[in-house]
Amino acid sequence: MTRTFLGMPTTAPRGVGHLREGEPFPAAARRGLADPQLRRNLRHATTTIRAKSGAVIAEVPDWQQLRAAGSAVKADTMARLPELLEQLEAAVTAAGGTVHWAVDAVEANRIVTGLVRAAGADRVMKVKSMATQEIGLNEALEAVGIEPVETDLAELIVQLGRDKPSHILVPAIHRNRAEIREIFLREMPDVDPGLTDEPAVLAAAARRHLRETFLSTRVAVSGANFAVAETGTLAVVESEGNGRMCLTLPETLITVMGIEKVVPTWRDLEVFLQLLPRASTGERMNPYTSMWTGVTPGDGPQAFHLVLLDNGRSAVLADEVGRQALHCIRCSACLNVCPVYERTGGHAYGSVYPGPIGAVLSPQLTGVADNASLPYASSLCGACYDACPVMIDIPSILVHLRAEAPHPRAEAAAMAAAAYTMDHPALYAAAQRAAKLSRLAGPRGRGLPPPLSGWTASRDLPEPPPQTFRQWWAQR
Amino acid sequence: MRIALFVTCLADTLFPEAARATVRLLERLGHEVVFPEDQTCCGQMHVNTGYPDEALRLVRRHVRVFAPFEVVVAPSGSCVGSVRHQHAMVARRAGDERLASRAEEIGRRTYELSELLVDVLRVTDVGAYFPHRVTYHPTCHSLRMLRVGDKPLRLLRAVRGLELAELPEAEQCCGFGGTFAVKNADTSTAMLADKMRNVLATRADVCAAGDASCLMHIGGGLSRLRAGVRTVHLAEILASTEDEDRAGKQARREVRS
Repeated sequence: MTRTFLGMPTTAPRGVGHLREGEPFPAAARRGLADPQLRRNLRHATTTIRAKSGAVIAEVPDWQQLRAAGSAVKADTMARLPELLEQLEAAVTAAGGTVHWAVDAVEANRIVTGLVRAAGADRVMKVKSMATQEIGLNEALEAVGIEPVETDLAELIVQLGRDKPSHILVPAIHRNRAEIREIFLREMPDVDPGLTDEPAVLAAAARRHLRETFLSTRVAVSGANFAVAETGTLAVVESEGNGRMCLTLPETLITVMGIEKVVPTWRDLEVFLQLLPRASTGERMNPYTSMWTGVTPGDGPQAFHLVLLDNGRSAVLADEVGRQALHCIRCSACLNVCPVYERTGGHAYGSVYPGPIGAVLSPQLTGVADNASLPYASSLCGACYDACPVMIDIPSILVHLRAEAPHPRAEAAAMAAAAYTMDHPALYAAAQRAAKLSRLAGPRGRGLPPPLSGWTASRDLPEPPPQTFRQWWAQR
Repeated sequence: MRIALFVTCLADTLFPEAARATVRLLERLGHEVVFPEDQTCCGQMHVNTGYPDEALRLVRRHVRVFAPFEVVVAPSGSCVGSVRHQHAMVARRAGDERLASRAEEIGRRTYELSELLVDVLRVTDVGAYFPHRVTYHPTCHSLRMLRVGDKPLRLLRAVRGLELAELPEAEQCCGFGGTFAVKNADTSTAMLADKMRNVLATRADVCAAGDASCLMHIGGGLSRLRAGVRTVHLAEILASTEDEDRAGKQARREVRS
């Protein structure tokens, strides 16, 4: 059911940011599937995270109640989002910050670029941020001569490798340490040529590389994991400490945050700070939780700007079934359990949001027609729903979006014909007798025409039995 | 008990043995099986491919055909999942609240085979005999939509002669997913390859499941590999008895000689 509302929120604009597939999922997936190194890297990483996460979740006796609480807080938040955002704006302003409203990626990039220029900076350091990846902020900054420096280790690997992130939490999950060593040797001007591929050695090299940037850069751009409406407090959780450096060292801090990240009260963080680390990294608590409220004279950044980003989110909110996707806390648990993600990798999804949540979020942010193959990039096995710490029913949203996706004409005709036939038992029985597919297609159906040839490329069709069940029943 | 059989279109057309075995098993346990002949398909393929409006007529038919029955069984976790979780959604989408609540009622009394046996008929030892090494693939919709848990395994453990081999990564999807196997054939094949690797690692001679669709997929792959592992529906194992096993061997001897 597609409804058009005049004056309703619009989807994310084309030509900016990273939300749209360049090619349909099946074609993009083929590259990942054909890369054995990538398959091994992904399998190793997701299997390890799955096991770690499963173990620490099993320690919590009230995990299901926590999930339900997280889901309830999010549902409540979405039900009164405008009110909460205005409350957040008032609280941030009262604490000495400045709030900007960006309807889409273009506007958000313009706001951030303007703020960096006004601060007189030609370089910004960045905390890992999905929102700024989504809007293509790095490209927008580079276009006006501002150098963005990613400070998250994995984001740095991706940036130096001129690559794209392929996982929400572990953007360089598709790389192994030998590949990372090569990237560092090639791209870090002052790196020790004797660099080994030991993880600790690689991390130390990145740390040395970034240290000078931390100390000499006056503007930082961050995302936000949460924003508390009642106090105007922003929160970033991370593992490396680079985030805390970015959030405390510069003079100006600019946070770009999707409007769905707001939570009503400080108390609500209690729920999410338990759910997020266990579901995402398999840790009991994340190593660094940084929170800040406006500015404090003489301590930390002296100018704070909060950019509230819509970029299609209001349109998602308007969809009764799909709006649950906005509950996502970006833990990436769904990626780590998804059999499709594990084999194709994140790049196949063509968006900064890969995996099951990407398959429902990206098409909603852009409009389904612009990401029409993503809702089909799932076998509907349901592992993502079970893993989601805020109980987003991803399979139901996938099915819902499939109904909204444009359909190939031949498929639509076949589906309509099949439904008609199956609604007429006599026709259906006749069709059963006629449908000796394997006889049409030769032995074991190996010669079926497209699109069914996709099946017979790797699988035999069953030999149709001489008698259907209903024939047998009628004769018994 | 009088039990209506929802055969499912796939079992009816391509895997009638699974449905015949369901009938044989339930009759052997002393129940009456009825087959409403106006039934066709639950419409799952339509819903999952994005055609809920086309599925609506199949939901109406299903509700009309099965409304008179107190207990309905299907030898398929995914079709029961569709009846229980999708029919009401399809009806509500079309604005038919009355149909939705009738569909919900029918969903509540429609059972997958292992649920019917263990929860309703309260039996785990059905008196079966199946002298083979068997591994069991739990199927996603039985596992996650219906939450059948270990019911199929409890039934299999009570089968005489059966040696149960644990399937590594059992809960991972086999990659079928209805039209997913066609629309994303390469990804589906990669998932199947891992499932087959795990099946072969068990050294079982039979891979069983409660869903003809997953069996068609895994069986199609194993057949292409000429792996020598048979796929068999849970119902066929539970319906097997010592007498049938003897008769089967006798028949095979006669064919050979």
